[in-house]
Amino acid sequence: MDTPSPTVPQDRDGPYGPHQTSHGHAAHGQTPVELPAELPAALAEATGQRGVTAPPKARNRIGDTLFLAASRGSGILLLVIMAAIAVFLGWQASKSLSSNTGHFFTTFEWNPDATPPVFGIAVLLFGTVVSAVIAMAIAVPVAVGIALFISHYAPRRLAQPIAYLVDLLAAVPSIVYGLWGALFLVPHLDGLTAWMNDYLGWTHLLSQSDGVSGSAPRNLFTVGILLAIMILPIITAVSREVFKQAPRMHEEAALALGATRWEMIRTAVLPFGRPGVISASMLGLGRALGETMAVATVLSPSDKLNLHLLDPGGGTFAQNIAAKFGEAFDNGRSALIASGLMLFVITLLVNAAARLIIARRKEFSGANA
Amino acid sequence: MSTDVKHRASSSPLGRTSLTGGRLPKWAPAATAAGSVAAGCAIGAGAGLASHIQWGLIAALLFVSASYALAAKVEGTRQAKDRLATSLVWVCFILAVIPLVSLTVYTVQQGAGVVDGTFLSHSMNGVISSEPGGGIYHAILGTLEQVGLATLIAAPIGLLTAVYLVEYGRGRLAKAVTFFVDVMTGVPSIVAGLFVLSFWIIILGFSFSGFAGSMALAILMMPVVVRSTEEMLKLVPNELREASYALGVPKWKTIVRVVVPTAIGGITTGIMLAVARITGETAPVLLLCFTTDVINTNPFQDAQESLPLYIWHQYSLGNDQTYARAWGAALVLIAIVMGLNLVARAVARWRSPKAGH
Repeated sequence: MDTPSPTVPQDRDGPYGPHQTSHGHAAHGQTPVELPAELPAALAEATGQRGVTAPPKARNRIGDTLFLAASRGSGILLLVIMAAIAVFLGWQASKSLSSNTGHFFTTFEWNPDATPPVFGIAVLLFGTVVSAVIAMAIAVPVAVGIALFISHYAPRRLAQPIAYLVDLLAAVPSIVYGLWGALFLVPHLDGLTAWMNDYLGWTHLLSQSDGVSGSAPRNLFTVGILLAIMILPIITAVSREVFKQAPRMHEEAALALGATRWEMIRTAVLPFGRPGVISASMLGLGRALGETMAVATVLSPSDKLNLHLLDPGGGTFAQNIAAKFGEAFDNGRSALIASGLMLFVITLLVNAAARLIIARRKEFSGANA
Repeated sequence: MSTDVKHRASSSPLGRTSLTGGRLPKWAPAATAAGSVAAGCAIGAGAGLASHIQWGLIAALLFVSASYALAAKVEGTRQAKDRLATSLVWVCFILAVIPLVSLTVYTVQQGAGVVDGTFLSHSMNGVISSEPGGGIYHAILGTLEQVGLATLIAAPIGLLTAVYLVEYGRGRLAKAVTFFVDVMTGVPSIVAGLFVLSFWIIILGFSFSGFAGSMALAILMMPVVVRSTEEMLKLVPNELREASYALGVPKWKTIVRVVVPTAIGGITTGIMLAVARITGETAPVLLLCFTTDVINTNPFQDAQESLPLYIWHQYSLGNDQTYARAWGAALVLIAIVMGLNLVARAVARWRSPKAGH
């Protein structure tokens, strides 16, 4: 070390002594250990974190520079990828959008390779939103129930294995859910569909049109059920972690005042966990909106917008892309990319909202669930 | 807790046992459950309902209402509500277990008869779809190559990003990266596929290949690796870093030789869970690898099959033989993914960094 190090205190014995005294600080007659002004910055830079004693500042090591550049570069690369997704999808989508003779948001048909091309996302938007809403309506209460079961009801020895079991649900690939949904769930929902048509048909929504009654329930409702099963684990995982963090003292205080277990949960746990449950639900919603293969296998698509949710037909963004891609030419691909861009924007908004709500409790973001 | 209250009240000096009110015996919930399952089956069979899902729903409804009515009569409404909540929570749990068990059992039932040596070691080349025979060798090979390449791309980038966020990151860039990593976990897989399609295949003009699929898979894998690695690096005690600095070790060497090795168990787990997740992804490979019946060992050229793609392809051909092959492939895929999960969690338990180590 041949240059004087600014971070070495002057009262230290050693080879630095002469350099420091020749630095001229002592001449002012102030305390001999006056520190250079740049020390705090140097400390922070050298350690990268507060509360850690700085190592003696050495020459800029080439290894440190390279390593910092590589790791910062990776972080920037991630941002670039996100930006590139939006830019390239937008670029490719614009080609078909300019030649579209229908209205992108209100047209029902999907014929981008016809001349003139006509396509719109009305049916897809409707199907995506409806199936996701059905999935949320089923999954959120059940997931909150399971989360409470794991955090407050299950026998302690069982809680961990059960949590693991629910996590396993998340590990099953979506195509297997799709296969199971199409070949097992659909035949088994025949009875339920007919029953709902008989007894809940007056709601109009939960009914089948006369022409298709008795056909296999490859409809948006079945898709919703399957999606609910698929998003259960993520909602459960995040809610569970939040419920576990509910202040122990509040719970015990409620119990000490004579509350039953349910009253304790209602007054101490649920209010505490509400933001967590909301953001967990939105994460689940994000997954339900973007799910492809499970929908593609179960749904029998059509380009009709139908309020009878038990009628086969309809479509979702992702399902439409998977189904139409094989037969699409240039303009068709571009149109599919346009619909993918819409899906990207929607899921981005939903996820960003969820992240903003959960920002206060970052450790439960569920990204690794 | 309930027994505590009862005990305290009955032994109180006033001797007012009425404080506790009436209580149902401990076996009451179990008995109610058994009774309602029996009644549900009876009603279901009696009314000739074909679907067992309906039987289960009837039993669940019976159980919830019966336990509420019983408790309300014997113990009062507050206790009844408590019991209602308890039974609802149990019903929720059972509702979640049913699909998992059903899916696993059904897949094993359907797939076990199909998977054998021939199935694992042959491709679909020259097999007529409606005939038995053929196999998934080409698909397994494709999946291994695509997932391997994706891991080679995503793991280092994800690892370095996590290192940046934990060891260096302060200020706006780090905040932006953290936020977008979180948002990136929510990018639908098909959108990642469309992105690579528009960028790599349409604009740059490359052909469909396994590598194109790998790039989309890598995009899906990166945020998962970043998040899990970040959590693990945060667990490394600061004393280790300080000790290393005190010995004059440069920062980068501290990270490479001290911080990362300490957390390597958790990092490995995170990467394996990410690998398990992308192994089952279908949508991006559907757009980017196309599909083929023959063995293609070169992931950089021409169409390549993968396991999820094979399942989708066989399912959409739509006859009994192809369904059987789809179930066989699904069984193999689930086995691979679950195996990865189990090993990953075993690694986590084996080498978890312990606080104050």
